[in-house]
Amino acid sequence: MSENILELDLASIVERVKRRELTAEIVATKFKGQIEKHNAHVNAFITVNDNAVERAREMDRKISNGENAGRLAGAPVAIKDMLCTKGLRTTAGSKMLHNFVPTYSATVVERLEAEGAIVMGKANQDEFAMGSSTETSYFGACRNPWNFSYVPGGSSGGSAAAVAARMSVAAIGTDTGGSIRQPANFCHLVGVKPTYGRVSRYGIVAFASSLDQAGPMTRTVRDAALVLEVISGRDERDTTSATKAVPAWGQNLSSNLRGMKVGMPKEYFDRGISDDVRAVVMRSADILKSQGAELVELSLPLTKFAVPIYYLVATCEASSNLARYDGVRYGYRADFSTQAAADLEEFYSRNRGEGFGSEVKRRIVLGTYALSSGYYDAYYKKACQVRRLLRQDFIEAFKKCDVILSPASPTTAFKIGERIDNPLEMYLNDIYTTSANLAGIPGMSVPGGFSREKLPIGVQLLAAHFEEQKMLNAAFAIEENLKLTAEVPHELH
Amino acid sequence: MIDVQSVAHLARLALTADEESAFAAQLNSVVQRFSEVEAVDTHGVVPLITPTDMTLVFREDKKQAFQSAEEAMKNAPERSGNLFRVPPVV
Repeated sequence: MSENILELDLASIVERVKRRELTAEIVATKFKGQIEKHNAHVNAFITVNDNAVERAREMDRKISNGENAGRLAGAPVAIKDMLCTKGLRTTAGSKMLHNFVPTYSATVVERLEAEGAIVMGKANQDEFAMGSSTETSYFGACRNPWNFSYVPGGSSGGSAAAVAARMSVAAIGTDTGGSIRQPANFCHLVGVKPTYGRVSRYGIVAFASSLDQAGPMTRTVRDAALVLEVISGRDERDTTSATKAVPAWGQNLSSNLRGMKVGMPKEYFDRGISDDVRAVVMRSADILKSQGAELVELSLPLTKFAVPIYYLVATCEASSNLARYDGVRYGYRADFSTQAAADLEEFYSRNRGEGFGSEVKRRIVLGTYALSSGYYDAYYKKACQVRRLLRQDFIEAFKKCDVILSPASPTTAFKIGERIDNPLEMYLNDIYTTSANLAGIPGMSVPGGFSREKLPIGVQLLAAHFEEQKMLNAAFAIEENLKLTAEVPHELH
Repeated sequence: MIDVQSVAHLARLALTADEESAFAAQLNSVVQRFSEVEAVDTHGVVPLITPTDMTLVFREDKKQAFQSAEEAMKNAPERSGNLFRVPPVV
């Protein structure tokens, strides 16, 4: 066959599998081969699903029996290891859960499989999604397929690397402060963090419950829209999931932006952004204008507080969420056979102290401190008050514009090892992304170009609550004009 | 200065000596960065604890099958029949 299956996008794979021009088995086997070829070096997957090809065969049987194969029939997907997969090990990138095998699947995974997607494996990530480089994983750092010396971003770095390296055609990531958008940006992908409440959090390892959202990472805007349609919608098992109807985002995509107002907040351009990044964002602004959009100036003065508020809120919620890991019912248990625990407290402390890595411990300590008696008002309460003001700023801003255009990160991907010893510098990576999580609005990253070193640069688009279509359309216009979706990482040649 | 040791105790978290000394300095600078936020006037602002407007939804209070005791025990580090087992801790 002359056609390269690995270069097909998700929409084409599904169409061909349904028309029986291609079998799901051939597709799954091809992508599995790519995993076997590259995963040992890239380390995109923590666990590979050995049943993937068998699942694909079942899909083919369904199709030849004339049954409905689903909207994602035969599409190979990678699932971030934060999402529970029944019978398939789920670690959250941590020693704490290194042998945890869920007895049920996350709603997102159930919905993907019900629509015919083939789970290829569990993607590497920063431990408990705490990090921006996929270097804090207990299972080792993941590499960026565009240049193996560089990080793929994080925390959904394995999901990004899997799609960029053609080990899956789509991936699910989770985004608490930028963990879908930043790795998508570093790996030349589309990454969508939906409106808070769009996607059920049931069965997803909880990091910061008021910020976490799962979303798609793909090579095209249309593919992201199609996956998002499948995973969105009310779930009785997550009380925070929204009852709003799920639009046909994919079908409604349009690059005609006449009448659209695009805001560019000056605070997102004023410091620390590299020349290459600035040039790419400006070029995207020109494209949006050429498609009929009007650019408007904007100010979001609370932007500079987003990172400190984020690290307060996220660590407070994490310290509470991660209290469940005590080594009693599941998870890591220390060896007490040679040295017994003096009391119950020591039992917990040793299980937790040995099961968690340093970045997770650092955040638990910070969150515990900020929530402790005497400090709660000054830290957690204050952060939540400013959070409301920040959200209000966005609500006001979206009265003046439909979408916001900004950089996704201040720079391109950085080298493995370059920032891991400086957690504060690592946190500043999230400067443009955390606001969307705090405000609960949707955000996405779309490829915008490359740096002089040929590292990917994406741009970020934000929209008002439940207005995903607007940002998807703006992203679609950028994609259609730049025609960069066919670019293949040079490390794979 | 954050007393890392006593906070770690509150979190039931054993730290290595290296972690303890590194965290003290790092966490103090995070807290210092947060002090910038104090300047924001939040008088009378209701804290936002979840980002979308949602009302509490009640579901019918009826029992439904979830998983068996055997399944629930599957990931236990140590068990004794259908009980989770822990080493003696007194």
